[in-house]
Amino acid sequence: MSMFDVFGIASSAMHAQSKRLNTTASNLANAESVAGPDGKPYHAKQVVFQAQQVGSSPYATGVQVTQVVESAAPMRIVYDPKNPAADEKGYVTMPNVDVVEEMTNMISASRAYQTNVEMMNTAKALLQKTLTIGQG
Amino acid sequence: MSKKQKQSRQQLSSSAAVAKSQAGKNDGEEIMSRLDDLMGFHKTAIDLRSQRQSVLASNIANADTPNYKARDMNFGEALRGAVQGRAGQPLALATSAPRHIAMSGMVTSANLQYRPEMQSSVDGNTVDMDTERAAMAENSLQYEASLSFINGLLKSMQTAVSGQNG
Repeated sequence: MSMFDVFGIASSAMHAQSKRLNTTASNLANAESVAGPDGKPYHAKQVVFQAQQVGSSPYATGVQVTQVVESAAPMRIVYDPKNPAADEKGYVTMPNVDVVEEMTNMISASRAYQTNVEMMNTAKALLQKTLTIGQG
Repeated sequence: MSKKQKQSRQQLSSSAAVAKSQAGKNDGEEIMSRLDDLMGFHKTAIDLRSQRQSVLASNIANADTPNYKARDMNFGEALRGAVQGRAGQPLALATSAPRHIAMSGMVTSANLQYRPEMQSSVDGNTVDMDTERAAMAENSLQYEASLSFINGLLKSMQTAVSGQNG
């Protein structure tokens, strides 16, 4: 019964979207982190989605996060000579996190997550109705 | 009424009763096979509906996947193909030995088609969320309709079997 594939598809999408929400959260949290564990400024991270077959049915295509890449955007350079992380000319290299972009990413991810939850609930309701065939 | 007349009437009524019971038996068989046919049709429809639901779920799941192309099936064509395949039995299993079990009426994979692009996006994704949500709502409603058709058939069968006596 291919209706059961819907659960696999929707849950793979929910996994992927929650990973995307996680990276958004760490990007926003580290928007001002001048130094990370390696002593270098934080780089914004982005997830890469890829379609992937779920189960044996060729119809069922879920999502997976294949890799987490660091944003290639140029780092933010701020003039702040009093900052201990400033270079000899007084410039501080700040993370390349675009807060506006992260906020839109967050809204998009949470909406996509909600839609997949709804998809799962619809499939569940339909299957429950299927189980009551001949009982009404 | 004479004795002879009475006898012949009794005979008549008893032979009528025999004829009636035979007709009832034939009707019963006919009803069962028709019920099976009708149920088979709705079963095929439900199988295809659930396949379509998983295709739509895939589209919604991949709404943010780069280069994913939204797909859907032509439901009417798929159903016609499945029903004809059942009637003509081109999809039946081959039976090369007498103890093999013949099987027909399988719902095979319907052909998927790519959805025409609504608004092009830079990442090559063609999923339009509104279209997919609408198709999902429509598909689940049609699924429920098929379920209630089957329930209706079963209910009429129940009525016929119980004989409306009480």
